[in-house]
Amino acid sequence: MKERLEELRREALERLQGATDPGQLNELRVQYLGKKGQLTEVLRGMGSLSAEERPVIGQVANEVRAAIEAVIAEKQEAFDRAETARRLQEETIDVTLPGKRPTAGTIHPLTKVTQEIEDIFLGMGYSIAEGPEVETDFYNFEALNLPKNHPARDMQDSFYLTEDILLRTHTSPVQVRTMRAAGGKTPLKVICPGKVYRRDDDDATHSFMFHQIEGLVVGPNIRMSDLKGTLLQFVQALYGPQTQIRLRPSFFPFTEPSAEVDVTCAQCGGHGCRMCKHTGWIEILGCGMVHPRVLEYGGYDPKEVSGFAFGMGVERIALLKYEIDDIRHFYNNDLRFLGQFARM
Amino acid sequence: MNVSYRWLNEYIDLSGIEPAQLAALMTRGGIEIDSVPSRNLGVSRVVVGLVKTREKHPDADKLSVCTVDAGTGEELQIVCGAPNVAAGLKVPVALVGAKLPGGVQIKRAKLRGVESQGMLCSARELGINDKLLPKEQQEGLYILPPDTEIGRDILDVLALDDSVLELDLTPNRSDCLSMIGVAYEASALTGRPLRLPEPAKELYASEDKTADHIRVSIRDKELCSHYSVRYIKGVKIGPSPLWMQNRLIAAGIRPISNVVDITNYVMLEYGQPLHAFDAAKIAGGRIEVRLAREGETLVTLDGQERKLEPHMLLIADAEKPIGLAGVMGGLNSEVTNDTVDIVLESARFDGGTIRRTSRQLGLRSEASSRFEKEVDPGRVRDALDRAAGLMGKYAGGTVAEGIVEEVVSEAKLAVVSIALERINRFLGTSLSSLEVKTIWSRLGFEAVGTAEGVWEVTVPTRRGDIVRDVDLIEEVARLHGYDEIPTTPIEGPTTTGFLTKPQAIRRELRSLLAGSGLSEAISYSVTSTGSVRLFPDLNGETEGHKPIPLAMPMSEERSVLRTALLPSLLEAVAYNRSRKTGDVALFEIANVYHSKEAALTGLPREIPRLAFVLHGNRTASAWNRAAEKADFYDAKGILDAVFERLGVSGRIAYEAAQPEHFHPGRTAALKLDTENGTETIGYVGQLHPDLQREFDLGDTYAAEISLPQLYEYADASIVYRALPRYPAAERDIAVVVDRGVEAAALVAAIREAAGELLESARVFDVYTGERLGADKKSVALALVYRNAERTLTDEEVTAAHDRVLEKLEQSFGAELRK
Repeated sequence: MKERLEELRREALERLQGATDPGQLNELRVQYLGKKGQLTEVLRGMGSLSAEERPVIGQVANEVRAAIEAVIAEKQEAFDRAETARRLQEETIDVTLPGKRPTAGTIHPLTKVTQEIEDIFLGMGYSIAEGPEVETDFYNFEALNLPKNHPARDMQDSFYLTEDILLRTHTSPVQVRTMRAAGGKTPLKVICPGKVYRRDDDDATHSFMFHQIEGLVVGPNIRMSDLKGTLLQFVQALYGPQTQIRLRPSFFPFTEPSAEVDVTCAQCGGHGCRMCKHTGWIEILGCGMVHPRVLEYGGYDPKEVSGFAFGMGVERIALLKYEIDDIRHFYNNDLRFLGQFARM
Repeated sequence: MNVSYRWLNEYIDLSGIEPAQLAALMTRGGIEIDSVPSRNLGVSRVVVGLVKTREKHPDADKLSVCTVDAGTGEELQIVCGAPNVAAGLKVPVALVGAKLPGGVQIKRAKLRGVESQGMLCSARELGINDKLLPKEQQEGLYILPPDTEIGRDILDVLALDDSVLELDLTPNRSDCLSMIGVAYEASALTGRPLRLPEPAKELYASEDKTADHIRVSIRDKELCSHYSVRYIKGVKIGPSPLWMQNRLIAAGIRPISNVVDITNYVMLEYGQPLHAFDAAKIAGGRIEVRLAREGETLVTLDGQERKLEPHMLLIADAEKPIGLAGVMGGLNSEVTNDTVDIVLESARFDGGTIRRTSRQLGLRSEASSRFEKEVDPGRVRDALDRAAGLMGKYAGGTVAEGIVEEVVSEAKLAVVSIALERINRFLGTSLSSLEVKTIWSRLGFEAVGTAEGVWEVTVPTRRGDIVRDVDLIEEVARLHGYDEIPTTPIEGPTTTGFLTKPQAIRRELRSLLAGSGLSEAISYSVTSTGSVRLFPDLNGETEGHKPIPLAMPMSEERSVLRTALLPSLLEAVAYNRSRKTGDVALFEIANVYHSKEAALTGLPREIPRLAFVLHGNRTASAWNRAAEKADFYDAKGILDAVFERLGVSGRIAYEAAQPEHFHPGRTAALKLDTENGTETIGYVGQLHPDLQREFDLGDTYAAEISLPQLYEYADASIVYRALPRYPAAERDIAVVVDRGVEAAALVAAIREAAGELLESARVFDVYTGERLGADKKSVALALVYRNAERTLTDEEVTAAHDRVLEKLEQSFGAELRK
């Protein structure tokens, strides 16, 4: 009987090794190990064995079963691996075909620049103030030290709606409105972004509607050196820590002293290039110490407090930043233009 | 103001300071200089020559053959084509080897067989702006005065060896609208002394008294503070000296005649405009300064008849207006070649009045631009004397004794007190008393120390812009140098920067919408009258509001403030479409402007709005998916996301509506539940096909909503709800109802019937088809029941579900679809 078992093992192992697919393997498993399989059949004959022989043969039979099962498992695993490999091969795709992008729109470049500047000043402790775009002559001019028939009004040709109401020519009226709303409190630190309107013929560098950001600080001891410090901090946040500023004396009716501010050209780092017309400097801001009359109109006593103000054109900063050649692109809403501002 | 560098040197020695260096110095000091062009555009070896003989060219009708003495020691033969060439004239001669602007080189040449040893030049050939020359000088050779020295370099004769500083003056620095003012500025910046003309000593006085010839009076005294005249007898009108003409041309002023040139010359020198009247044409021997009367007219020097208005200031004689004060003289009192005696005016008019008149008449002159900014009250008489002196010298006149004038108010010197401590505290500097004192003295300001570091500064009349201590501080700052001011951080308490709720909401909306595939648009707030008729009342609260027109629009396209955002976005869609971008998704957040007043008396309402449009495909086709056309539910879904983000979903209802310009069957009003009841805050829908056609668009879906109510009700608070611990029971139903039954009504009925156990009811399919009948539809809903406290029993769910089915049947005749 032992011989039959050994014979069975030899035969089974040989045939199992020769199995070529999982079906065949299964057939062989049934043939040898199944309920009616050959091994089962042999073991059924164990009843006729003596009590001494039975454990010996039983052990041999178990070894044979284990050996067959081991080979089946090994073969099965090999077949599974092959099957997986085949499936993976079959499922291979062209990873270079385009992906399914979620449809994404873009934020307008002027908004991007405005928010960037807002964020810098928010971080410096400024609030954002807003005011009406349709303004009274009083807030737009008079309260900014620009009385009627003052020659400085020529600097800003305006769109009037009535004799006394106009589209604001700058965001500066928000200064006075903010001061009045503050009711004499200090410190006051705000920036005022918004649309402004001037009677300009539209061309590559002019637009009758454009955007400004105004800044205003009022406090008990605000100095011109603070203005310089603030502007330096701002431009370094906007253009990088190597950026420098240069102030040139200028004139605005609502500030005294007044200055135009140049920054070192971000393109060439101040060495001179086409962008900065080979001067190394680019003008981006107007600023000054708030004129005493404006403080008075705002409800402050210029003997008690002082302040500084600055203003910049958002379009100008965006034109420079993105190297855009025509300001009118900002208002055409051409998707081929807007689509270029997808980056963070 | 264009300033000749050579002329400026007459008042201050600038040797060693090149024009470009001076320009840089002045720009850094606050007088911006745009450019410093050289007057010599490339002229060399051109000298003064005398045409000795002129004969016709043997072989050319239009050419002449001349012999010319150019001081070279030999007579030159030069062929010339100019029509005005004649023997005896002195003209510029370009010698062989000369260079002219534009790269022209003069060589020995033969012209139609005749040798030419140089070229006779016109003004234009020398690079002079000949528009400033009399017509006869433009048409041929530049004819020089007979006393010009032969052989002299033309650069010297015409003062071309010079540069012009082009000043771009800010309105406060009108003191630099004069050579003397610029000299003061240069002196302050360089520390070099001034040498100013002393006019009074140069007068050619006569026995005659001015007062015997003319009287003056000021009627409207608040508009003219000083009016003075001199009387000059026996002038001979002719050209002014070449040096004077050169200077006028350098400044961009056309030489006319000795008398007129002198008035302009002195205006440039002193900044005080002057006017010369022909004395014979002044009726009654008196001049008055008064406002125009109703219906008066005046023909000005340019030949135009001007209708005068009662706010315009006039110069009048006993009978009639003879000039528009400070703006332009009258033709009826003009100095002509026949003029013998003149009345020379120097005055100070009110700047605002002059500005208003000159703007209204469109007459901006060198004079008016100076009066507008107020002239120096201290120079009215000086300028008059200076001009009178020059008239004597260069126009052959004799100056009558004395000035006749009326002075309403004399020049007052402003005295401003300022302390060193105030300066340093204001600027953040640590200047010493000596440094500041030096600045006062450079400026020519008299400063008296009243205490240690405190001054009483007397400001000269020429600097009318300085009235307050801060004005003096600016002078200190700019002369000390803005670069020298330190940079410091602001002292004092710290402040917190934060966005207001509306600001935060607008940022949130922008990022949400951009993330949803829409691009942000920015369009003009000013639009056409055709455009404002669209979508007149989008948020239901602007009924009866009128569009607000600009008083003086630049074009019809931009004549009214916009009352809705959608028209601009539709134009943007059309713009993109015509550039072959058919899939357009745009949004804009901006203000619209409304007022109930037909004529504004107060500020209009500015309502912030959000609008968006979808056109073409929402999703473009790709290799692995078909294009998906935008539809109403895309637009609505975007709004759903907006309301969800703002925490107002629970307050919002969509109701079918038929607002103007929208598709009547595909539009919903947005209803917001507020404390004052339900408010319409906007609409979402497809555009009316007529409007789509008008803009040449395909199907377009759009929404416009008003933001203030959302600002108010937006709720960012988040409170955690416990996650469910017991399982839900899900039941799907499909009911057949009439087509007109709205899904929202079904869901509302389901909620009502099912009660608290119902967690959600979601439509997952809507089917219409022939099998159901044309007026029926099947709506499939997924209902989820749940009890938060325990597991539901089958009986409970079935009971609730039966109530739902019963309610649907009762309310809508709904049949359960099997």
